[in-house]
Amino acid sequence: MGYDPANPMADRITDIGPPHYEQFFPPVVKNNYGKWLYHEILQPGVLMHKAENGDECYTVRIGAARLISIELIREMCDVADIHCDGYLRWTTRNNVEFMVDSKAKVQPLLDDLKSRGNRMPVGGTGASVSNCVHTQGWVHCHTPATDASGVVKAVMDELFDYFTSHKLPAQVRLALACCLNMCGAVHASDIAILGVHRKPPMIDHDAITGLCELPLAISACPLGAVKPATAKNSAGEDVKSVKVNAERCMFCGNCYTMCPAMPLADPDGDGIAILVGGKVSNSRTMPSFSKLVIPFLPNTPPRWPETVAAVKNILETYANDARKYERVGEWAARIGWEKFFEKTGIPFTIKSIDDYRLAYDTWRTTTQFKFTSHIK
Amino acid sequence: MPKHDTPLLDELEKGPWPSFVTDLKRQAEKKPECFDILGQLELSYRDKVTHWKHGGIVGVFGYGGGIVGRYSDVPTQFPGVAHFHTVRLNQPSSMFYSSAKLRDICNLWEKYGSGMTNMHGSTGDLVLLGTTTPNLEPLFYDLTHDLNQDLGGSGSNLRTPSCCLGRARCEWGCYDTQNLCHSLTMHYQDEIHRPAFPYKFKMKFSGCPNDCVAAIARSDFAVIGTWRDDIRIDQAAVKGYLSGEFIPNAGAHSDKDWGKFDIKAEVLDLCPTGCMWMEGDTLKIDNSECTRCMHCLNVMPRALRPGLQQGATICVGAKAPILDGAQFATMTVPFIEVNPDTEFAEIIEVIEKIWDWWMEVGKNRERVGETIMRIGLPTFLKVMEITPTPQHVKEPRSNPYVFWQEDEVEGGWDRDVIAYRKRNAQ
Repeated sequence: MGYDPANPMADRITDIGPPHYEQFFPPVVKNNYGKWLYHEILQPGVLMHKAENGDECYTVRIGAARLISIELIREMCDVADIHCDGYLRWTTRNNVEFMVDSKAKVQPLLDDLKSRGNRMPVGGTGASVSNCVHTQGWVHCHTPATDASGVVKAVMDELFDYFTSHKLPAQVRLALACCLNMCGAVHASDIAILGVHRKPPMIDHDAITGLCELPLAISACPLGAVKPATAKNSAGEDVKSVKVNAERCMFCGNCYTMCPAMPLADPDGDGIAILVGGKVSNSRTMPSFSKLVIPFLPNTPPRWPETVAAVKNILETYANDARKYERVGEWAARIGWEKFFEKTGIPFTIKSIDDYRLAYDTWRTTTQFKFTSHIK
Repeated sequence: MPKHDTPLLDELEKGPWPSFVTDLKRQAEKKPECFDILGQLELSYRDKVTHWKHGGIVGVFGYGGGIVGRYSDVPTQFPGVAHFHTVRLNQPSSMFYSSAKLRDICNLWEKYGSGMTNMHGSTGDLVLLGTTTPNLEPLFYDLTHDLNQDLGGSGSNLRTPSCCLGRARCEWGCYDTQNLCHSLTMHYQDEIHRPAFPYKFKMKFSGCPNDCVAAIARSDFAVIGTWRDDIRIDQAAVKGYLSGEFIPNAGAHSDKDWGKFDIKAEVLDLCPTGCMWMEGDTLKIDNSECTRCMHCLNVMPRALRPGLQQGATICVGAKAPILDGAQFATMTVPFIEVNPDTEFAEIIEVIEKIWDWWMEVGKNRERVGETIMRIGLPTFLKVMEITPTPQHVKEPRSNPYVFWQEDEVEGGWDRDVIAYRKRNAQ
């Protein structure tokens, strides 16, 4: 049978939802559901979960690109078929996990993974840099201010040793979002790489009347910088359009989201900001937002050396200075952000002082501070 | 489709991390449109801007979500990606798969798409990246008929819910995250597939306060497992950590010498409430002071386990910064039992109270956290019929501008200014 274009609604099936998860559980998982006692990380990338009845589930975690072909997925299926009774899973950080039910099966699995070039690196557990979550970037998005896959590849190449080892004070969560929409939710990451625009939108007066609902474009601006205006199109005709008060623009791109005739992207205007010190977990301290410490680095494909160096510098300064268990943000809060800037050597600029909504929450309203080199 | 020169992208074939460029090239041997993905991306690497057009509304009949339209702005150069729509497949809860299921999906995507995917998208969907408009209906037919699967959400609807792996392979799952996630996904198929909300609405389910799916940062409706009785202590295992028999933090720090395990420095002193102490080699916890942060359990998983009276805390309204700034989800329901026997009716009631209010008062493209921010947490709690408690705030308000209601004030607000002036001259 199959789809009949002449009768598209024939035999239509809708709203059946995802397949039930339980059919995808390896037997050791299914048998011990809700009966796990504890876990150990035997080596970077290898976990052992112990069940109440003594069963053990060994998990080998590998890093993977988020952008992944069906050829590579099939190869991962081959690994699962050879070693894991045909079961595997993905983590929320785009890692892949292969599970076996005895310790004897771990080494053959590790050997197999190692034999597959650099396609399946084992790691990403414990006090490591796990996989960097990210967005689409230039590979598939219409609003990005930078690429995603390429920047992440360059950063993870440089930090590879931290993916495959447990030598950091705590886990370090990296994330990249290619514009301020933050589909990658980098607002709560230890180190966040964020694509930013720095030029106000252009206005395509030839297209705007046909493409956009002007009131939506106007109300999209959180700062009231977009106003209705009559403009001349390239044929010299008066058209209903908008004008932008560039001094008010904060380059969020929300107008472009609502109106395709207001593009912001620009090879010189766009680049990367670095934010630091966010976390999601409630462990010890409350969840916290990432904070902007480097306002701009240029887009330098294919390997973004400035961004890679900035991330590595922050990571290694933290690794050398933080106490055991301290996340990046906990370390910076303990030593004080003035010390964070001094120790990392990152120049503090006025752009790290908030002047948007809720800004006052971040200003210092005490006489307690440290005399760092910033005070002349 | 011809192969393009990609000298910039070729640089990303170097290095130890898996290369998406190498992967794309391998896939291109079978799916030549991947050469055009590489070609257009190379052009972006030269031009330093994207070459995807803005938007394009496409979909399958009867659904308002699940497919995201995408068109190249250089289609004559790269005809293989002229149409390059995204198809979001609703992932199984916590992303376990059989190789048979994945191979079916791969075969489907070999037939109808580019062969490239995201495993997975930020919200949790299995994302199939790149197909044409004419392929959408046949793909959907095969997906629902042969693979018994469905699309996820996009646009102003309930986005595909996601959860941590919970009780499947973790000792800390305080409720059955997969069951709740799957059940609500099935219960709300209409809301996932047909946009009816002011804006997107995300649900995420974490089994404990470590929050591995980032529910508190990324979801409008975050259900985070917790417990309300005492942490279970195995004192013999505590001694095992003290003696060095067990490695702290499950071995997470194994590649650096941090010295001998020091329970005072590593556990007692890092407890945010200071509610733990040692009596000899016996660990004591004043559980009434515990805020269930998970640190001590993380460090000593063999000795400490969550209590037995388990359930969840519901937090509402997280979002990324666009537009007014990032928000974490606000603690709304301190404790709720997560009960499969009632088909989670108690949780559904909370969800639908939120939706009823938000759909009435929420503005276009306003996330529920922004609505709460605009209108106020006190009003939200009243709407939710939740008793306000000190747990709802970090500290009481410091400004005195209380919005008193007339019926709260003795005698109401109608007063006689003439009588007032007789007593109190101008």
